Amino acid sequence: MSGSSDILSILLEQVDRLLTQHATKEVLAEAEHGTWPATLWNALAEAGLSLAMVPEEQGGSGLPPADAMLLLRRVGYHCTPAPLAETMLAAYLWAKAGGKPSVEPLSLAPTNVEEQIRLLHTAHGASLAGQARRVPWGRDVSKLIVFARDEQNRSYLVCASHPLGEGPFHRNLAFEPRPTISFDGITVAEAEILPAPSICINGVLELGALLRSQQMVGAMERCLDYALTYANERKQFGRPIAKFQAVQHMLAVAAGQYAAATAAADLAAQAVGSQQFGFAVAVAKARVGEAAGVVAEVAHQVHGAMGFTQEHPLHFATRRLWSWRDEFGHEAYWQERIGRIACKTGGANLWPMLVDAQR
Amino acid sequence: MRALQFDPVTLPPEAEEMRRRVRAFLAAERTAGRLVAYRGSWSVFDPDFSQRAGAAGFIGLTLPREYGGHGQSSLVRYVVTEEMLAAGAPCGAHWVADRQSAPQILRYGSERAKREILPRICAGRCYFAIGMSEPDSGSDLAAVRTRAVRTRGGWLINGSKIWTSRAHQVHYLIALVRTGEAGEDRHGGLTQFIIDLSRPGVQIRPIRNIAGRHEFNEVFFTDYFVEDDMMVGKEGQGWSMVTSELSFERSGPDRFLSDYHLLVALIDKVGSMPDRRSAIEIGRLVSHLAALRRMSISIAGLVEKGKMPGVEAALVKDVGTTFEREIPEVARRVITTEPSLEEDDVFVKSLAHVVLEAPSFTIRGGTREILRGMIARALGLR
Repeated sequence: MSGSSDILSILLEQVDRLLTQHATKEVLAEAEHGTWPATLWNALAEAGLSLAMVPEEQGGSGLPPADAMLLLRRVGYHCTPAPLAETMLAAYLWAKAGGKPSVEPLSLAPTNVEEQIRLLHTAHGASLAGQARRVPWGRDVSKLIVFARDEQNRSYLVCASHPLGEGPFHRNLAFEPRPTISFDGITVAEAEILPAPSICINGVLELGALLRSQQMVGAMERCLDYALTYANERKQFGRPIAKFQAVQHMLAVAAGQYAAATAAADLAAQAVGSQQFGFAVAVAKARVGEAAGVVAEVAHQVHGAMGFTQEHPLHFATRRLWSWRDEFGHEAYWQERIGRIACKTGGANLWPMLVDAQR
Repeated sequence: MRALQFDPVTLPPEAEEMRRRVRAFLAAERTAGRLVAYRGSWSVFDPDFSQRAGAAGFIGLTLPREYGGHGQSSLVRYVVTEEMLAAGAPCGAHWVADRQSAPQILRYGSERAKREILPRICAGRCYFAIGMSEPDSGSDLAAVRTRAVRTRGGWLINGSKIWTSRAHQVHYLIALVRTGEAGEDRHGGLTQFIIDLSRPGVQIRPIRNIAGRHEFNEVFFTDYFVEDDMMVGKEGQGWSMVTSELSFERSGPDRFLSDYHLLVALIDKVGSMPDRRSAIEIGRLVSHLAALRRMSISIAGLVEKGKMPGVEAALVKDVGTTFEREIPEVARRVITTEPSLEEDDVFVKSLAHVVLEAPSFTIRGGTREILRGMIARALGLR
């Protein structure tokens, strides 16, 4: 995908090795019970992955967003039970805003369309107001990069450190922590408030959707790997179930969905920072999310009862797919956006618009 | 799951330059009222349009100049194809010749075939049909029974082909026939010949489709004589050539844009301020379309590199034709109407045509079941 494709493939292999070693079934299971995967996180941080997208002059690896998105597919593939995607993006945005990124785990807020965090300037300094639901790893990270608007509706990124207000504690279907965080009355030093860079001038929803799209592509690949292996191993009626046409066709359909999802995710990955990004990421999240449902369904059907157990690791991938497709806007949300753009564009101009959006 | 990856391809500047040219051409056609809004582009047989397109340099793009072509890349051809389809240009006459017959003849045809036929294809004056299926050989192509037997200076062909679209309107077809024993893998003994449909020994019987249209036919050969130099490739090479021909046939944007005009009509019918449900339905289709287009460009990139992306093409055709079949169903959910071919309203008329054509989308060029079998093999399941 990039000019430095050799270096990139070496990096992706390194990430695969590291995650195979550290994101084991045991680590995944423990993380679901609330254990922070310290060894895994330290390995990721030592490899420089948390700052992968931060420019080199600001202490990062300067990985172009399109390449970083390929890396996130590997992170999704391994069902990595840590906020690496969130940290990479938060560090990237904070650095873009002019902040000094640290290697600590980070997350982002708010992640829902309807939520707004206000930045208030008073005689006593600046403070925040509002709450964010379902903040990814909200209590596990040391800092949150918060998108906030002030009284004049100007956009800022605010680096908010714990302790922050705690609301209800939820987890998504993969048991990844998604607590509610309250920012009411949280004071912030001026140094922790920076004007939002243009890439997130309207919030982090689109960029969050980008992350989840890439992670889902990776998790779908994992589902298919499991299903293909299992179909060739599992014997019934005297032959591997892979030899049954009904099974073959299910998996062919899933492969088609995966390929279409990958194409849509590529589209968004390559559009980061461009005029076309808004449309591209809507296509990605809508198309990938739809494919995720099909791939998860087929993978389970192929595995039969075995895949429905906690023992088989398939659920680590499928529960993530069922969670991630609804995070940062579900399919219908993004489809509606695309549909409104298409209708506004009109039938005759739809094609030129589509072509321009994919340049 | 590293099989079936579609590498992203960026269209080169010359392709975008070609896009400007073809759009200007199509704008003039539209102004002159020559585009049919309610029919799919490549299902409308219009020799006058094909000749204008040929004269303007939009047919035979990848063919060398010495045979009347334009020496352009597969990516340039891709752009012309998608612009024609999206505009609803009536490309049906030259479609098969441009898409698969000309590349086959260029690659495997005799010098005489190349000299006699290719320049006319490029001019938009010579059209082809596909001679693969037979009454007892549809998806199971290796069961072909039409036979060619050696005679002085050539071959005598006896047998029949079926589902031969436009056989009654085109000049030639390329027939896959048996010239020897099938052998153990069943793929041996097959050879392709160029059949001149105007010569004696050919009979064409119309078969009307469910819409009452005469588009496809059964073609009978009785001691049809074909010269040696109208053989395409070598004797016994037919199977591998058909396989490569099907890659051309399956990989293009015609496998997801067959009823694009209905999506256009739907959007115009809904108007610029859709309700939430309509916006969601339309947005979903557009998200599918955007992904398919990327996949198809990726395949054009593989073809340009000289690869024969058989399985990738099968996959895009499966996903693409599934999308095509969804468009009328979505349109019906969004707009309440009773489709009729006699209706003047472009949306209602388009819907009527598409509903009646849609079953063919997932059959022609390889049924979805055959395609899924190919995909399954590539996945290591067979």
